[in-house]
Amino acid sequence: MALIRTSSPHLHKAVNATDVMRLVVLATLPGLAAMTFFFGWGTLINVIWACLLAVVFEAIVVKMRKRPLGFYLKDYSAVVTALLLGLALPPFLPWWVTMVGVFVAIVIAKHLYGGLGQNPFNPAMVAYALLLISFPVSMTSWTMPFLMVEDGQSWHVMGFVDTFKLIFSGIEPAMIDSYSGATPLDAMRHRGGQTTEEVWANAPVLAQGMGAWHAVSAAYFMGGVFLIYRKVLTIHTPLAILATLGLIAAVFYAIDPYQFADPFFHLTAGATMLGAFFIATDPVTSATSNKGKVVYGIGIGLLIFVIRDWGGYPDAVAFAVLLMNLSAPFIDQYTQPRSYGHAKAKRGMKGGA
Amino acid sequence: MSTQFSFHGGVHPPENKQRSTGLAIQTAPIPAELIVPLSQHIGAPSEVVVAVGDSVLKGQVIAEAVGRISVNVHAPSSGKVIAIEKRPVPHISGMQAPCIVIETDGKDQWGDHQGLDDYTAISKQALIDFIRHHGISGMGGAGFPTDVKLHLGDDHIVNTLVLNAMECEPYITADDMLLREHADNVIKGIEIIAHLLNPHHVMIGIEDNKPQAIRALELAAKNTSLNLDIIVVPTIYPSGGEKQLIKLLTGIEVPSGRIPADVGIVCQNVGTAAAIYEAVYEGMPLISRIVTLTGEALAHPHNMRALIGTPLKTLLDAAGVNKQALYRMVIGGPMMGFTVDDQSIPMIKTTNCIIAATYAEMPPAPPANPCIRCGMCEQVCPAELLPQQLYWFAKGKEFEKAKHHNLFDCIECGACSYVCPSNLPLVQYYRFAKAEIREEESEQRKADHARQRFEARQARLEQEKIEKELRRKQRAEDAAKAQAVKKDKAELHSESEQTVSAEPDLKTLKTAAAVSRTKLKKAQKALQNAEEKGLEGQDKLKVTVTELEAKAQAAQEAYDQALNAPAVSEPVVDIKQLKTNAAVARTKLKQAEKALAKAEESGEGDLADLKAKLVEQKAKTETAQAAYDAAESGGQSPAQDSAKLDELKAEMEAALGKVEKARKALDVAIAGSSPAVEKMKLGVEKLQSKYEACKAEYEKETSQNSSVTIKPLSAEQIAALKVDAEALQAKVAKAQTALDQAVASSSPAADKMKAGVEKLQAKYEEAQACYEQALAPSTESNTSQLDELKAEIETLSTKVEKAKSALVNAQASNSPAAEKMQAGVEKLQSKLDQLTQAFVQAGGVPVELEPIDPKVLKQQVSIMRTKLKKAQTALDEAEDDNQSELKAEVERLTLAHEEAKVKLDEYEKIQLDKAAAEGVDLKQLKVDAAMARAAVTKAERAAEKAREEQTDDLTDIEQQLIVAQQKSEQLNQTLSRFTD
Amino acid sequence: MDYILIAVLALLGLALAFGLLLGFASVRFRVEGNPIVDQIDAILPQTQCGQCGYPGCRPYAEAIANGDAINKCPPGGQSTVEALADLLDVEAIPLDGGVEEEPVKTVAYIREDECIGCTKCIQACPVDAILGAAKQMHTVIVSECTGCDLCVEPCPVDCIDMLPVETTLNTWKWDMPKPGVQLIVTDLRGEVAEEGTA
Repeated sequence: MALIRTSSPHLHKAVNATDVMRLVVLATLPGLAAMTFFFGWGTLINVIWACLLAVVFEAIVVKMRKRPLGFYLKDYSAVVTALLLGLALPPFLPWWVTMVGVFVAIVIAKHLYGGLGQNPFNPAMVAYALLLISFPVSMTSWTMPFLMVEDGQSWHVMGFVDTFKLIFSGIEPAMIDSYSGATPLDAMRHRGGQTTEEVWANAPVLAQGMGAWHAVSAAYFMGGVFLIYRKVLTIHTPLAILATLGLIAAVFYAIDPYQFADPFFHLTAGATMLGAFFIATDPVTSATSNKGKVVYGIGIGLLIFVIRDWGGYPDAVAFAVLLMNLSAPFIDQYTQPRSYGHAKAKRGMKGGA
Repeated sequence: MSTQFSFHGGVHPPENKQRSTGLAIQTAPIPAELIVPLSQHIGAPSEVVVAVGDSVLKGQVIAEAVGRISVNVHAPSSGKVIAIEKRPVPHISGMQAPCIVIETDGKDQWGDHQGLDDYTAISKQALIDFIRHHGISGMGGAGFPTDVKLHLGDDHIVNTLVLNAMECEPYITADDMLLREHADNVIKGIEIIAHLLNPHHVMIGIEDNKPQAIRALELAAKNTSLNLDIIVVPTIYPSGGEKQLIKLLTGIEVPSGRIPADVGIVCQNVGTAAAIYEAVYEGMPLISRIVTLTGEALAHPHNMRALIGTPLKTLLDAAGVNKQALYRMVIGGPMMGFTVDDQSIPMIKTTNCIIAATYAEMPPAPPANPCIRCGMCEQVCPAELLPQQLYWFAKGKEFEKAKHHNLFDCIECGACSYVCPSNLPLVQYYRFAKAEIREEESEQRKADHARQRFEARQARLEQEKIEKELRRKQRAEDAAKAQAVKKDKAELHSESEQTVSAEPDLKTLKTAAAVSRTKLKKAQKALQNAEEKGLEGQDKLKVTVTELEAKAQAAQEAYDQALNAPAVSEPVVDIKQLKTNAAVARTKLKQAEKALAKAEESGEGDLADLKAKLVEQKAKTETAQAAYDAAESGGQSPAQDSAKLDELKAEMEAALGKVEKARKALDVAIAGSSPAVEKMKLGVEKLQSKYEACKAEYEKETSQNSSVTIKPLSAEQIAALKVDAEALQAKVAKAQTALDQAVASSSPAADKMKAGVEKLQAKYEEAQACYEQALAPSTESNTSQLDELKAEIETLSTKVEKAKSALVNAQASNSPAAEKMQAGVEKLQSKLDQLTQAFVQAGGVPVELEPIDPKVLKQQVSIMRTKLKKAQTALDEAEDDNQSELKAEVERLTLAHEEAKVKLDEYEKIQLDKAAAEGVDLKQLKVDAAMARAAVTKAERAAEKAREEQTDDLTDIEQQLIVAQQKSEQLNQTLSRFTD
Repeated sequence: MDYILIAVLALLGLALAFGLLLGFASVRFRVEGNPIVDQIDAILPQTQCGQCGYPGCRPYAEAIANGDAINKCPPGGQSTVEALADLLDVEAIPLDGGVEEEPVKTVAYIREDECIGCTKCIQACPVDAILGAAKQMHTVIVSECTGCDLCVEPCPVDCIDMLPVETTLNTWKWDMPKPGVQLIVTDLRGEVAEEGTA
């Protein structure tokens, strides 16, 4: 009788990394649905395309690194990365741009750093930032939400086949034009000296399309709450981001409502919700302790506001997250929790950096 | 009762408790064999007080506590101790540890045991000792001896006594069942503990998943007068951890690295309380406990009261184990327990649960994914650590950082591993890291310790060196002082031309001689100076020089005499002394005459004075001569101690004679193959030992006397020893011949004879060693070194003897191991030879002073001896065919050896006699010669310098040089006379 | 001409000032002893075995401080080399003689029936861990023995063995968990990649 000898504990909770990833995927579904509903098939196609590419890249790299293929593909981490990237990309983005993005995310930002758990930067955001810098035009042209279409019909987004063709052949730019437009954040950024009120009045995307963004944000919020409920996430990071962003926006709005947008706009426009619940909370690249997560979240919230209002790019979630990724190890050093039996938490790091 | 406190983290693993609470506590069967480990907890293992084969009664002490953190071990049942050996014990390493194995007789018969009528009547110390002697140790966790915790009241203020009835680990229900059935006992046990610790408040913490136990406790607690609260807390793992429980019940955190008593809290397990009750009220030592048997591989999971030492197999069988389904056997709970793989392992005092799990129940951990830093571990950690950081540090062996992240506050509860989505064996990483750090620290301590010791040693050696130097200086100073003191005396002596005092202090004399010489030289120099410069007072100087010359000579001679003088003998009858005196007087006379002649020639100085002196001198010379003649005709007078020595010597010689007689008889007997050989041998040995005792005494006596080295006596001794050695040598030769004959005639006694020969040989060697040793001290060699060497040789030679006789026996019985043994014997023999040679060489250190010839001789002797021995060994080994050849060789070698030996002895004797006859100490002579040579060199150097500097006193120096050269020459000649 | 003079004077002045400053600093901030030697000495295992070619650990520490190689300490093994490399901020080089694995810790054991009491081992022991007197049987104080081997060679009867330190229940320790899944090819070959995790 061969009895085994192992270290305690001998019980394990029936949750594994795959389950965690699967829950994350599940939680993004409302947001994906909302995006698809308001902005057409483009997002869905992007997401599926990105996921396919991600699995393929992951498989190739794992094979090249001579590690067990099935074991690593099973963990869904590549799919989650691709999913988040796909959600962040504009709906009509040409297929090859998405491919470049996924390649950067999986191969460069993740595996070159040692694979899952070893990457210092959020792979999806590295890819997004790279694409934004490399292809600014494609990356900033969004579809108009169907609410803005004026012909009175309630369902007027580009058809699935057209979208498919558009993404994969890219031959009819005119067609894009008729469907594409600026995002609310673009409108705010390129307002050319108008006051906030004037921008709201003049920019159609703000005047009429804001509702779509609200709905999408609400969907992401729901997903995030689900994850917190399932204890996949702790509340610390998202709460810190949203609270900081809301608070600082409120302060500036109170000081100068003509110059600055209201806090609700900041919280619901762009990728705030997606970033707060799905991107910034990526455990690999965020701070470790609860205290650290709060500091990390505050940093992201601040950076989002700063970059949105004074930076060169319309949306700031990607840069904010990357910058805070950079400082996460440092935050970790100074936010150790106070352990049981210790009067004070320890600071810094002993024995070298 | 509710609690307003909580601790961080915690998990809710499936409890699986109701499975084993269905049945009441059963009594486990008594196994055929009880295996009681000596160490059942932290601290020193107990010391066995029974022996294999002893019968023991139930409850009898079989091992006693050693040190403070230790308790007694008792026999769990009656029976017989059948083994005290290493057996597998319940430990995760699966290693073995010393156990007492008792074969039970089935009677389960109690020994004497009695509880206390009134525990409050005796002192607390006595009560604690009582508990300690009953082997009570903690029954919850690590099994810490309970008495140590009960002592905490001595140096800590204990406010709160916390009783742990949490049993937060899944599966375990031992405490639950104990409380359900014996809550009264527990409360009474708590009363005893409270009596000892005297806390203000007693709290029993219990999880809300044990309603029946809570009810039973509440019922039992009604009767107590203690300020006791039963606090029901929500079920969460690990609320039963001591620190977590304290936080939960009191809101106080035990500081890191401290014990609860430091914050006024003492924590005890309810099981321990029950055990204390049983010990104090019923006198039952801790020999059984309640253990939960559970797991899906068991048909009847339930709690049992089982004897300590019961093998797991017995228990599992009693619970109906399904051996096919059994996949993992866990002792303790599933979260912190450990696996064992051997069913013969016994249960011990801390074994509260045995889980026989199936594959489905506790499957092997799935392969670990990489850590994704999800932070779930941090959320559940009851110690509020950062488990994933610790994991990274442990994995990267960055132990400094791990320590900084409070690794040592980890209680290894396993909550982090339990929730880890990547299935990382986190706890094992922490255990690994902790063990590494502990080892590193202990190594560091050890290294520091070693460094200290090393440095201390260095310092000591240094100190010794300095002390040696100081001693040397001190000696020099003392000598100088003594010289100053003795100066007058010496002058007095020489002036009055008296014989040297009866107690010649060699050293003093030597210094005196040296001083006189120096003075003489100075005076000579002054004189020369004066002569050259034609100064006045030359005559006076001359006289002084003459006087000094005489003094120097006298001192030198006195010294030489003293050196050669026999023991403290009366000076008047010392012929040699007298002779020297006469000679000195003559010399002085001559010198005085010469001085007078010189003075007359130069027509200067006080002639009358000189003449008078001369006359005086003449008279003195005559007196001295007369005294000498008288003494010589009167013959020698015996030395003081020699009578006693002689007596001893006579005794010794008598003994020796007996020995020799006996030996002869023995030889004859052996030759005739007489049956009485054995007895005779014994007799011979007895005699031999007597002789040896005599000899030892004699030697002791001699060595006592040898503080004033007695030359003739030691020569005698040496001679005696030599005789001994030679006699023995002859015996050896004879015995060898006898043996040869015996071998030739294939006598059955050959083997025995061989052994005899060997023995004789060894004795001869011993005697030889003695002789050599005796030789050594006479020439003032390093006796201690020789002694050491001798000891070595003796040890070895006995070993050789043993080995040889064993070999012979083996050969006689045609044993196959003979070959190997032969090799061994050879090795030993060669080592012995080597040592003997070393010894001889060491003994020959002083002989170095003599010319090379005897040294070579000695070496030859030892080489021959070695050859002889080798040949003998070869003979022993040889089979019949070439034995005769070898024998011849042996004989030849023996002869050669003897010849060489005799030559050497003769030579040595001649040398010594020659030297002794002239009353000259060779060594002293040599030293003087060397000194003279040194003086020559010095003078040469001075002359060189003077020449270079063209100083005036060149001639002076040159003359000095010539004088020194002459002296040196003279001394060398004298020396060479003795040493070539 | 003036310029040159001024320049020369200025440089001289500067040289003087800095010279004074340096002189002052060297007096004021002088470090007693050589702390780096102490630090190195603290890392060395203190077996005093002399296998490095120096008569003890401290002399070797001094030699390292003066630029000797850091890989001459077999009792310390690779871990000591690494610690030294860390301390001195130099490249960790493999142990001299290429012993890869950690050295097995040993203690000396005297076979007491064979001991002849020659005290040679006592004189050889750098930490006074051998007890005995002339012609008396000697024994090793196990807790003080550093396992340096130095007593083995002088023993005239070869009665000293170096025995590996046995693992007991008290000294048993957990190993680093083996990777649950063969991560890379080298793992499969059994070369558990510690360098990968460091």
